[in-house]
Amino acid sequence: MAKWMSVAQVKEKIEESSAEEVTAQYLEAIGKSKINGYVTVSEKALEQAKKIDAEGHDGPLAGVPIAIKDNISVVGLPNSCGSKILESYIPPFNAHVIEKLLAAGAVILGKTNMDEFAMGSSTETSYFGPTANPWDLERVPGGSSGGSAAVVAAGEAPFALGSDTGGSVRCPAAFCGVVGLKPTYGAVSRYGVVAYANSLEQVGPLANNVADIAVLMDVIAGYDRRDSTSIDSKTEYQKALVEDVKGLKIGVPKEFFGEGIHPDVEKAVWNAIHKYEDLGVSWEEVSMPHIKYALASYYIIAMSEASSNLARFDGTRYGYRASGENWHAMVSKTRAEGFGAEVKRRILLGTYALSAGYHDKYYLKALKVRTLVKQDFDRALSKVDVLMAPTMPNPAFKIGEKIEDPLTLYLSDVNTCPINLAGVPSISVPCGFTDGLPIGLQIMGKPFDEPAVLRAAYTFEQNTDYHTKRPPEVA
Amino acid sequence: MVYENPDGVRIGLEIHIQLNKLKTKMFCGCSTDYHNSAPNTHTCPICLGLPGTLPVLNKKAVEAAIKVGLALEGKIAEETQFHRKNYFYPDLPKGFQITQYDFPIVSNGKVVIEGEDGEHTVGITRAHMEEDPGKLVHIGSIEKSKGVLIDYNRSGVPLIETVTEPDMRSPKEARRFLDKFRNILEYLDVFDGNLEGAMRVDANVSVHWGTRVEVKNISSHKGVERALLYEIMRQKNVIRRGGKILQETRHYDEGRGVTLSMRTKEEAEDYRYFREPDLMPMRITDWIPAIKETLPELPDAKRARFIEQYGITDMHAKSLTSKIMLADFYEDVCAKGVDPKIAATWTADVFLGELNYRDLEISSYDGKKIGFIHAKDPRIKNSINVSDMVELVNLFAESKISDRAAVEVIRTMLDTAEEKTPSQIIEEKGLFKAEDDLVTKAIAETIAENEAAVKDYLGGTEKSLNFLVGQVMKKTKGTADAKTTRELIIKELKG
Repeated sequence: MAKWMSVAQVKEKIEESSAEEVTAQYLEAIGKSKINGYVTVSEKALEQAKKIDAEGHDGPLAGVPIAIKDNISVVGLPNSCGSKILESYIPPFNAHVIEKLLAAGAVILGKTNMDEFAMGSSTETSYFGPTANPWDLERVPGGSSGGSAAVVAAGEAPFALGSDTGGSVRCPAAFCGVVGLKPTYGAVSRYGVVAYANSLEQVGPLANNVADIAVLMDVIAGYDRRDSTSIDSKTEYQKALVEDVKGLKIGVPKEFFGEGIHPDVEKAVWNAIHKYEDLGVSWEEVSMPHIKYALASYYIIAMSEASSNLARFDGTRYGYRASGENWHAMVSKTRAEGFGAEVKRRILLGTYALSAGYHDKYYLKALKVRTLVKQDFDRALSKVDVLMAPTMPNPAFKIGEKIEDPLTLYLSDVNTCPINLAGVPSISVPCGFTDGLPIGLQIMGKPFDEPAVLRAAYTFEQNTDYHTKRPPEVA
Repeated sequence: MVYENPDGVRIGLEIHIQLNKLKTKMFCGCSTDYHNSAPNTHTCPICLGLPGTLPVLNKKAVEAAIKVGLALEGKIAEETQFHRKNYFYPDLPKGFQITQYDFPIVSNGKVVIEGEDGEHTVGITRAHMEEDPGKLVHIGSIEKSKGVLIDYNRSGVPLIETVTEPDMRSPKEARRFLDKFRNILEYLDVFDGNLEGAMRVDANVSVHWGTRVEVKNISSHKGVERALLYEIMRQKNVIRRGGKILQETRHYDEGRGVTLSMRTKEEAEDYRYFREPDLMPMRITDWIPAIKETLPELPDAKRARFIEQYGITDMHAKSLTSKIMLADFYEDVCAKGVDPKIAATWTADVFLGELNYRDLEISSYDGKKIGFIHAKDPRIKNSINVSDMVELVNLFAESKISDRAAVEVIRTMLDTAEEKTPSQIIEEKGLFKAEDDLVTKAIAETIAENEAAVKDYLGGTEKSLNFLVGQVMKKTKGTADAKTTRELIIKELKG
């Protein structure tokens, strides 16, 4: 069996052999893993595959294995969120996306590593240790969905689910040379996904190719009454897989090519844009003047929401619990021992930003900037269909290189977080390499216009071979 | 008469009421009918705040809040939204409470009460929706507790917090406001005040137009008067001794009837409010007309109608409309063709008076029987049928029983669990009004046996007549009608 398979190939393989055999081979690859991509491997995966073999299943993903980020609730599997505080927490209910996957016949291989509570861009803040980038085991896979991206890149799952609050699907997709989509806010139900910053995040798929992203979106997207921010867009994602970009208008926002961008990244992205020119479409430069404030706004909003979201982890009902002479002492100690440094930093900063006397200066101002950023997107996307830019300004950095310098680490989200402020869809596709490390092209679109984004990405992929390259170290 | 308010008292109230007539909680599908259930049996991942869960707003709770707003003659917000109030407490499973902040659903309402000097208007600053936290249960007494248990059955029950202007000038006005407020809510059928924890009150109080003090934890609308009387006395004495009133929050100790300092202004908590990102702002203007249609007749309107329709006194009308269940009971009694004025007397004066005397509160009415329950001991409960009241009023109107006998019937019905009709009770207790010849005979005997008293009376000592009437009553075992007896004796002696 080839190590890297598309969903279509996996399905063929199941036809030839069985779901059990396919799952067993992925489990074998996971067993030999060099990357620490999984936090938990499901003991039930084989059983699930056997059941599908025995009973048959007519779902679109019958027997197809998938990896799930460890902040998405799956009954029976710990949902640790990369944290000590939730190491022992097993949810009694499935996330909406998990219900959809199970109904489609997918086999859940396990839960993938992530930055603690999705707070990070390198997967280094995980309580379970960092995940290695399959392209260079000394480098980070990006984050926070680093485990999901890395296992897909390493052939330990055909595809995976991540979540994207400020770039957490697209950043690791770019660093690991896979495809990752952050859907429009509201396209995928967040029910059962542990919140980091509710107003910003979406569940998103990661895969080896654009077509598999669409396959997964057709399964997980759609209205869910349990998520009041969910919207029924009735989008048919696979229908957008058309190899034709004629008539598509591309905008290139110069603000995404700012200071500090790696020259090879800049070159690769321009090469990609020129590729579209070869395919018969032109591009125009667009201006998004408020993008420079997006990062600050993003971090204030995300941390503020996080400070509230994470208040429930107090050791009273579930998860890690320290002992203390009274409830308040117990809670303080539980949180002091249960959360890692980055999580504590963000809770403190978020608490500060929402405090009386600072609320207007920080939180309120961040909301105003968010509106301006959104208006930038509205304006730019009124003239063009998609925007193109580098996903990450740099390729994957070394494990330990930036972790002691949070500000530098935060700056790496500069091109991904504006998208979350605006709520628009954005995909990262492989578009080149520098020193053997993948580079991602980011394609952004109008709200619920995933079809335009997917069409542009699919056409690019069909006319390039970056997505067929595999990391030699794990081959 | 104008009330002078000699101590310059100003009282404002913050009242939390549970929308306990709604079937489900504020943000999940759990039942609100938990009062007789084991702890933590009315919970789900959402109201336990498990990670990954999201709130979904109960539309009925919003409708109920709009109803309340309209009944309070308030302005209903065009757009309303929810905020998070962040604080740590074991009964709060998410570490924040979903509530409303700068866009409350209701603002600028009013309630007219019977004030110290007649009708008095209390302004409603705002009313907003929020979720109830869980409940802490101490093992043993609070002081010697070995531990605390948490019951999340209450977690997520829809609440409305109503904030009044500081318009009340005495503890009595505060109590009257709460009585009226509760009455209105029960008319709207969104609230059952008899359930434990249904209404919780905090009060702001100041004297001599000075600094206000917040008194928290007044668990019943009955406790409010006592708590405020204490707090006003305390403040007046602090000032009398030359002290200063601090802006602080005090805790009401119901057992001891005193308020104790909890925290000063400097220690006030910062709740770090921000908009709840999991719920969308709502435009509700369009809902209002349809909800207006469903508004029932409210207490003041019903009171006016009762006077008009049944020809009863304002006092009786006020009393009968003070509880929707009582008003409905009265109207159903009248519908059976009884004399509405007599029915009003027996319902408002005697029945209600006997309930109050026993500390019983009306707790249910199903169109056939009105139920009541002891204010402190819910095991003590009973009911009276509409048909029983109809029978009693008719027997009295037809002069078949004396008023004393009728009172006796009502008392018997309240005090015995067995269901008996008034006729049965009258039969068993021999309460039928005495036959005329029996009375005539008793009068003749009395006159014959009490020569001295007869002489005294004829000599001008009016008191002696009372003695003679008493003797007749004694002989007839109280079944004679006192007034008639008196007239018959006079006729006999003076011709």
